[in-house]
Parts: sequence; structure tokens; C-alpha cells
Amino acid sequence: MRNLSGNLLDISYLDTLAAGDSPLHRLDPRAKLIVTIAFIIAVVSFDRYTISALMPFGLYPVVLISAGRIPAMYLLKKIFLVAPFAVMVGIFNPLIDTTVLYHIGPWGFSGGWVSLVSILLRFCLTVAAALALLALTGFNAVCESLLTLGMPRPFVVQLSFFYRYMFVLGEEAGRVARARSLRSFDGRAMGLTEFGSFSGHLLLRTLDRAERIYRAMCCRGFDGHVPALRRMRKGVYTDVFFVLGWLVLFFIFRYYDPAGKLGAFMTGVWR
Amino acid sequence: MSHHIVQALDIHYTYPDGTVGLAGVSFSISHGESVALVGENGAGKSTLLQHLNGCLLPESGSVRIGDSFLNPKNLASVRRAVGMVFQNPDDQLFMPTVFDDVAFGLLNLGFTEDDARRRVAEALETVGAGHLAGRPPYKLSIGEKRAVAIATVWAMSPDILVMDEPSASLDPRSRSRLIALLQTFKHTKIIATHDLDMAAQLCERTIVLHQGKVTADGQTVDVFRNEELLHLSSLEKPLGMQNCPVCTTAALLKSPRSHHPHGH
Repeated sequence: MRNLSGNLLDISYLDTLAAGDSPLHRLDPRAKLIVTIAFIIAVVSFDRYTISALMPFGLYPVVLISAGRIPAMYLLKKIFLVAPFAVMVGIFNPLIDTTVLYHIGPWGFSGGWVSLVSILLRFCLTVAAALALLALTGFNAVCESLLTLGMPRPFVVQLSFFYRYMFVLGEEAGRVARARSLRSFDGRAMGLTEFGSFSGHLLLRTLDRAERIYRAMCCRGFDGHVPALRRMRKGVYTDVFFVLGWLVLFFIFRYYDPAGKLGAFMTGVWR
Repeated sequence: MSHHIVQALDIHYTYPDGTVGLAGVSFSISHGESVALVGENGAGKSTLLQHLNGCLLPESGSVRIGDSFLNPKNLASVRRAVGMVFQNPDDQLFMPTVFDDVAFGLLNLGFTEDDARRRVAEALETVGAGHLAGRPPYKLSIGEKRAVAIATVWAMSPDILVMDEPSASLDPRSRSRLIALLQTFKHTKIIATHDLDMAAQLCERTIVLHQGKVTADGQTVDVFRNEELLHLSSLEKPLGMQNCPVCTTAALLKSPRSHHPHGH
């Protein structure tokens, strides 16, 4: 549990990175958001046995990370932190889908293994791109861009409240867990009854806090509408260039399979 | 709202779980007064403060702010007049950045964007938090959070400033800065606190609450001299009005020496 609050603080490091300065930081948040969404759609749209055609897509996160001077190790750690979810999604594929698709030397690879690798690859690509987007833009700017791109305001407000109080709740949970571990000497994990009262308390505190926050909002004239200052500037050439350039590249990666062509070309040359 | 009078007339309030919050509280505070609200934990201070801008409505009795009695219909105008700083700044800072948070109330009041920006900048400068404008609130220290929470209310230039434990968990320097800042606020101030030294510095008048009732209401100096009254409310004389323990100890340490002037 101590790790929970530690990891949350670690996520807020993305905001620290977003305060940095590089040509990518200076781009309009909307441009980065649009390209990243297009990237994610392109990556997940391939069929389930695709591996090689996904490779060129690695270019996008790599460019963001290197040109945006984001510490790659930090990002990798974050990806590994959530990787178990992706593994869970694909872990049974090798058992279910046993048709052999490829042979490398004496080994045959079943469709299940291929699709598992494909899932993991897609997962790494999309999560890396999303984290890089946050590290270059900041959560709030992403929320604002969602708003200007037409996402309904209640959703955006919900999202930004979630982000704001995630840290408060995380710290609270961390403190309670620490207080518990300081008074439990046998080193056992939390039992079910303990966990019940632990989570129940957190829920009650959260409700109380929600009540107080709502009061604080009412005191300052809240009427169901969260006002926001517009600070989005107009898009400039570089933004448009960034969006169009990547969209064209993704289109080529998606429909012309440069990796496959290159492979065919190379094997053709050697034959 | 010409006179900024705050008047409580026999307010009773019981919480849904049966806890008695207020059991008949009455007082009248006139414009420009600075009043400390003191009392033991659970005496009803926070409950009373929440009545002053309609966060809670009394079961019986009434609250008068300026010319009108508080009711659900005039809540908006009352809340505009009464600025409330909550005990926990995390409850008060809910927007993504400090700047947005201070602007929240102003935009709700219908200020134009330019005016709002100007006033936000001024309010943040006033509390010494100008450099924090772009930061997200969860990254601030408690002292910074408190300063920003005050700015959110300060920016709306309320006629009456109501604060719940403003000096709690502040380091000594932030505390003195807070006191200096509050001294510049010339309108009505109502401050609930356990920090009796601060109360003595800021407020000429003190109301003591005990078990939901007013047990004393008068000049701060007189109230704080009444040790019996303070004891009843689990309070102690402010350090500033006690004999300084350091000086007393130093005097005790010195005294044996004075008997042996020719010692080592």
C-alpha cells in the first residue's frame, strides 16, 4: 500500500515533465491529442496475428520520447506497472488457438502465441504513446483539448476532478495502511475483515470530503457549471504540419506495410 | 447590504445523527469588527460558521447578514458577501491549477475574463503566492495551500471574512505572515481558532462557545484573563499573557548562583 501512494506521486511526475520546454512541449495540445488518438486507432485496427506491420509504429513514441527529452526508463517502468493487465488479456490465447502459423527452424509457433505477442506489442505502443502525450502536455491541457475538441463538459469536469482527488485519496489510503502496518507485528497481509473496514472507512471519508468540496464550491457561486478560462491559442503552421505529417505516415504504415515490403525486398535481394 | 452586520438570533441546530451542534446561539457583530470564536473541540465553532453563509440552515432561530435574514432564496447574495475559508485547504482547492481555482468564484460571479485574470493575479500577490499560479494544488505544501485558499476568497472581495482554524498546521513564519495579512483586511472578520495568541493579536472581541452555547462574549483581553471560563472550555491563557516559561526557568537557574557569588 505504501507503494500505492508512492506510485501516484510518481504519476504526478508526468506533470513535472510536462512543464518542460522542447519544440514538442510547445505544440498545441490538441495537435498532440489528435495524433495520439489517430495512432492508437491505427495500432489497434490491425488483425490479431499482425506483428511485423506494427513495428514501424514504434517510430511515434520513440520520436516523442527522444525529441521531448522524456526519461525513457521512467516510462518503461510505468508500462511494466500496468503490463499485467495486457498479459491477462492474452494469456490464454496459446492454449485456445493452437494452429501452427510459423516455423522458425525446428520450432513451430501457434496462432495463440503470435496473437499474444501482438497484444503485448500493441499494448506497449499505445501505453507508451499515451504516457508520452501526458508527459509532453500535462493532464489538464489534455482535458482542455478534449473540451475544445467537443467532448461534453460534464465528462471533462469528472475527469479533472478524478485526477485532482486521486492524489488526495491515494495519500489517505497510504497513511491508513501505514498506521495499520505500524501496529500489526506479525507481518501478515491485511485480512478480509480488516480490508472491509479499511475500504469502508476510505469510502466514508471520501463521501464526507465530497460533501465539503461541494459546499466550498457552493460558497463560491457554483451553479452546476464549472467555468473555465480559455487559454488555447490558435493553431499555427507547426501544429498543422505535425498533425498532417504523422497522419500521412500512419496511413502509409497502416495500408502499405513498409516493414513487410522491406523484408520481402531484403529476402528477394539475398535469393 | 449596507452595514455588513452579522446577527445570530437563537440558532439551534442538531445533526442528523442526533448530536447537538448549536443550542441557542445569539450575538451581533457590526461592521469592521474582528471577532474570535473560541471553544473546546466539538463546542460548535465550525457548525456556527457554516450557518453564517447558509452551508447549514438553522432548525430554529435565524441568521441576519446585512439587511436580510438568510433564507434559501438569498443564498447567492449572502455567499457573495460572506467569504468562507475552510479548515482543510484540500477541500477548497478543487480546480486543476491554482490560477483556475482563484478564478472559479470570480467567473461564477460574472466577471469578464480580463477582470478575472487581473483580480486573480492581485489576490495571489497579496497572499504571496503569485509564483504558484500555474501549479496544480496537490503539489503545494500545506502553507502554500492555505495561502491559496485564502486568495480564492480574497479575490472575491467579500464584506465579511469567515475563517475556520486559519493558523492550524502552519509553521511559525507562515503563521506570522497570515496574521500580518489578516491585519490588512479592514472589513468584518470572524475567526474560529484554538490559537489564542493569534486571536489576541487580531481580534478585539472574543465569543466563547461551550457545548453549543455562548458562555462569554466580550473584549478579548477580559475573556482571556478569566481563567475559570477558559478552563471550563478546555482552553488556556494565551502564551503571550502567561509568564514566559523560558524567562522564568532562566531566573530559577540563576537564583542559586546569586547566593554563591564566589562560586566557580
